[in-house]
Amino acid sequence: MKQKSLLQETENTEKPQWKLSFHLKADDFMPASEEEKQDLVTIRESVNFWQDGIRRFRKNKMGMISLIVVLFMMFFAFVLPYFYPYNYYEQIRGSESLAPFEYSETEKAIMAEGGKVFPHIFGTDTLGRDIMARVMMGSRISLLVGIVASAIILIIGSIYGAIAAYFGGWVDTIMMRIVDIIYTVPDILLIILLSVTLKYPLERLAEMPTFAWINKVGVGLISIFIVFSLLYWVSMARIVRSQVLTLKELEYVAAAKALGASHSRIIRKHLLTNCIGTLIVTTTLQIPSSIFTETFLSFLGLGVSAPMPSLGSLASAALDGLYTYPYRLFAPAITISIIILAFNLLGDGLRDAFDPKLKD
Amino acid sequence: MLKYFVKRAVLAVITIWIVATLTFFLMFLVPGGPFLAEKAPSPATLAALEAKYGLDQPLHIQYKNYMLRLLQGDLGTSLKQRGREVNDIIFTRLPVSAKVGGMAIVVAVVFGVFFGSIAALNRGKWLDNLIVFLSTCGIAIPSFVVSTLLLYFFGVKLEILPTFGLNTTSSYIMPVFALAFYPMSYISRLMRSCMLDVLGQDYMRTARAKGLSQMKALFKHALRNAILPVVTYLGPLLAYALTGSFIVETIFTIPGLGDSFISSITGRDYPLIMGTTIFLAFLIVTMNLLVDIVYKVIDPRINLR
Amino acid sequence: MRKKLAILLALLLLVGTLAGCSGKKNTNNNLPDNENGQTAPNDSEPVVLNVHVGPNPDTIDPALNSAVDGATLIIHAFEGLYTLDKNGVPIPGQAEKVDISEDGLTYTFTLREGLTWSDGTPLTAEDFVYAWNRAIDPDTGADYAYMFESIKGYDEGKLDVTAVDERTLVVNLVAKTPYFLELTAFPTFSPVRKDIIEEHGEAWALAPETYIGNGPYKLVEWVPSSHMLYEKNERYWNYEALGPDQIKFVLMSDANSVLGAFKTGQILFADDLPTEEIDSWRDSDEFYIEGQLGTYYVSFNTQKAPFDNKLVREAFSLAIDRNYIVENIGKAGQQPAGAFVSIGISDVDPTKEFREVGGDYIDVSKEAYEQNLARAKELMKEAGYENGEGFPVVEYLYNPESDGHRLIAEALQQMWAQLGVEVKLASQEWSTFLNTRKNGDYQIARNGWLADYNDPISFLDMWITGSGNNDAQWSNAEYDKLIAEVKNSSDPVERFEKMHRAEDILFEEAVLAPIYYYVDLYLMSNKLQNAYSSPLGYKYFMYAQIAN
Repeated sequence: MKQKSLLQETENTEKPQWKLSFHLKADDFMPASEEEKQDLVTIRESVNFWQDGIRRFRKNKMGMISLIVVLFMMFFAFVLPYFYPYNYYEQIRGSESLAPFEYSETEKAIMAEGGKVFPHIFGTDTLGRDIMARVMMGSRISLLVGIVASAIILIIGSIYGAIAAYFGGWVDTIMMRIVDIIYTVPDILLIILLSVTLKYPLERLAEMPTFAWINKVGVGLISIFIVFSLLYWVSMARIVRSQVLTLKELEYVAAAKALGASHSRIIRKHLLTNCIGTLIVTTTLQIPSSIFTETFLSFLGLGVSAPMPSLGSLASAALDGLYTYPYRLFAPAITISIIILAFNLLGDGLRDAFDPKLKD
Repeated sequence: MLKYFVKRAVLAVITIWIVATLTFFLMFLVPGGPFLAEKAPSPATLAALEAKYGLDQPLHIQYKNYMLRLLQGDLGTSLKQRGREVNDIIFTRLPVSAKVGGMAIVVAVVFGVFFGSIAALNRGKWLDNLIVFLSTCGIAIPSFVVSTLLLYFFGVKLEILPTFGLNTTSSYIMPVFALAFYPMSYISRLMRSCMLDVLGQDYMRTARAKGLSQMKALFKHALRNAILPVVTYLGPLLAYALTGSFIVETIFTIPGLGDSFISSITGRDYPLIMGTTIFLAFLIVTMNLLVDIVYKVIDPRINLR
Repeated sequence: MRKKLAILLALLLLVGTLAGCSGKKNTNNNLPDNENGQTAPNDSEPVVLNVHVGPNPDTIDPALNSAVDGATLIIHAFEGLYTLDKNGVPIPGQAEKVDISEDGLTYTFTLREGLTWSDGTPLTAEDFVYAWNRAIDPDTGADYAYMFESIKGYDEGKLDVTAVDERTLVVNLVAKTPYFLELTAFPTFSPVRKDIIEEHGEAWALAPETYIGNGPYKLVEWVPSSHMLYEKNERYWNYEALGPDQIKFVLMSDANSVLGAFKTGQILFADDLPTEEIDSWRDSDEFYIEGQLGTYYVSFNTQKAPFDNKLVREAFSLAIDRNYIVENIGKAGQQPAGAFVSIGISDVDPTKEFREVGGDYIDVSKEAYEQNLARAKELMKEAGYENGEGFPVVEYLYNPESDGHRLIAEALQQMWAQLGVEVKLASQEWSTFLNTRKNGDYQIARNGWLADYNDPISFLDMWITGSGNNDAQWSNAEYDKLIAEVKNSSDPVERFEKMHRAEDILFEEAVLAPIYYYVDLYLMSNKLQNAYSSPLGYKYFMYAQIAN
């Protein structure tokens, strides 16, 4: 049957491409033509994995733009606050609940005398704090948590998942049941418990010279990272496991084994490298949920303490006044969306550049 | 296969038992208690209440008693909603949550897989960009914002959808959408990435090279291989969707199970914490078992032993 | 074979979800759809009033309830000997009249003739005896058991309350209690059915079939976390005067959803309004602010340094700009508090308020703030912490459930910074917070107190040594003695003198820093008439009328 169709001649000279659009063409159901088959034959040059990836990433327009946006957001969150005329905790008397670009009476008086007043771009909140300044500071916390926590999740989750799948059998079964358990025991219970128990030991620890860095990062953030490394890597582990389960049955793994590669080498060099696409995408998808988990943790008393804002806490506070001050939701929500969009597109770009399966 | 199934079933019971035990001791370690209130009850009242519910006994005795009752299927009575049985709370609220959550999952899976595949097949085109953009927004906006905004626009500003309860068919629209929004976006992102992975695989070239039609290659090889991570994601998601979402149920006033998970913990309603956790553990373990079997069936190369 | 199995299992995953969808249809929707918060009154359809008073109540057992929304739900199904009118004045309810002995210690109530429960069983004085004794029984576990303290026999666990005959109830009090009639209108004082409670236990208050009351309305449906439907009780003695045929309490818990439902007219009454929205409702005639008998304050842990120092506590209290908090965070016309016992509490002469007689301990006028702050700085200097030097970093604890608590914490932090001290903010989830505060594991914490009845003792009683609500862990022998004397005194003049003296001590010792007196906010549609709120915040819809 198949032999026959191979012989069939078609006029179709279009390049083969996978598509599933709303416009179905009869051609889509036709067997592949000779040219189409020929087109699939390519010769690849041999270059170093990383060099190759970076070279290809540079050529990716979307990826480069999102990289620039990410760098800009970092600048916005980490550098700009030092030069901004307002800070996140300063409560300006008389400037409470201003709308964007509205000036208070005192500020108007200063301007009338020829003085300059920096505008409140997104207005001020109930206590007279500049919302723009708070959004910048909030971005700092959210970016930090988003990136670091996602990295923690990536490391723990991928190693755990890969080990479980690679060794399989009882190892896999036991390891995955542990994942089930972590997944099911109510996280709020553990968080509340940690929120009352973690703080004082950490502060004590920070007093010791070796651990002075804890104070720099902040006890709140450290507690958040501890919770992430205890609880939230399990989905990542499950996804990586599912990928490795398939990959480990492929020929090159058998080949590597036959050549005497060690387990850790196979996991690192062959299995994880080959799930890099999934790893990048899942990690970028993890960033928003890390950002919002921070809000939830801070609410339960584990995390950054007021008046330090985060984008999530700004958004949730803004919901309380949605009908009267709808614009208060705008600034944090847009900032979160930009950050997440940029990271996701960056992730896509990286994946296009580094995924060994996507070379063409 | 049967042996594997039996093994997993035994393991499931053990997993649930470990979850129950961990939760039991964890909840007593957490400060606070069910009878605390802004106005503290008198010591006599407190003592009487603790005696009444057996909370005055040593923890290991309480644990033993609880486990014995659990074996008989008795989850006890709530300490906060005095007189209400935990079984009763779970089984009157579950159908409501399951109904809304089930619809949301169907919406999320159908549209997520569809949009994700379309995006992957049109990689780099405007359709792909649009889907990536929208699905990323869907992940960037948390459900409490989505729900409140939906309520704000469709419920209050436009007044086209009812804002609370589940009295009419139209009242399902907002909660189902609010619930489906995130998983739909997530699945579509996941699906796109996996589809791209699969399309780059040698066997796809082989399939095309050996002369399969586009459609046949897509459905027989691509979809089947690409859907694995989605299935993985779906297992626990299903368990959570069926048991409801605290946020969505609170905002749209849906009498589901979702808020029992949170309120039982914030209220230190010990029997309800245990009941909901054990129930969730049961669902998760079952779903994960199903997922593993589905893997095996979708991808025969996987060796589960 | 394998393929079939695949399809089967994939389907199983989905069918599980679909089964839920096609399950029970009428779990909660066999009600007429009231899109407009009311149904047009025509012959067949009953008039339904849709309101919101709170989220799903934990309990509506009159003895067990201690929540304000629960109380509203109870007073529609039950009625005490007395009930409150529009002005909060007790008027006869189940009782027809009362005879008070000359010494004010014996109350003889006569019940109305022919009273019955909603199922038709006759209601007798014995039902009150049972209900009241049940409420103080520790086994019942009623939070409000102490409300019966003024009745003789409370300490022995057997109240001196006798049903002389079916319609006569005699109550003997420990001391003259001017607010006793008001107490009998309190939900905890409602009669309950002995036979039903003995048969069903605590579960009696969960199902309409067993939730038999004697009030103006009766519960006909309760879908937890959805709604409660009440219907006029045709056996109620004042049936003719009752308002809507049905009252549907929608059990919403999200403030934005409540506001949305009110704005679209789906409910005509909303007992919740996000503080940040007040600005746009302030001028509306549907926005109501009622005084509440309560005080928002800050607790200092008086047992731990540095707040074991009276001077420091006073300095911290004086440095609070109460007007700023009230205007910018409270927003609802709360009165800045210069004392603990709230406004609205009567003095010995009921035409005067306790507050008017006692005056303020802290001058809360706007002009006085600079002076207060200067004084606070002086006090810090006196305590050895000039400009905050040498003062440790302290922590202010609050619970995050309401955004207002956080905003007040942030404002306080900045105000206290003026003393040169650094205050860190910490939040704890509600139950943890209660536990921490009660055990005194804090330095400064937010606190609040709502009185249970119109008498200053409701505010002052809690500060005695070892009281469960004495979060400040404060102990003062003179204070304890005064309160004990007040409780056993029959002379109102002496009683009030001593209560004023007790409050003086509280502020001489600067045990707490009051911030403002609570108010109760609600939204009520112009269509709704004759619904009212009591000073304790209970809402009365039984005589409401819906205009078109």
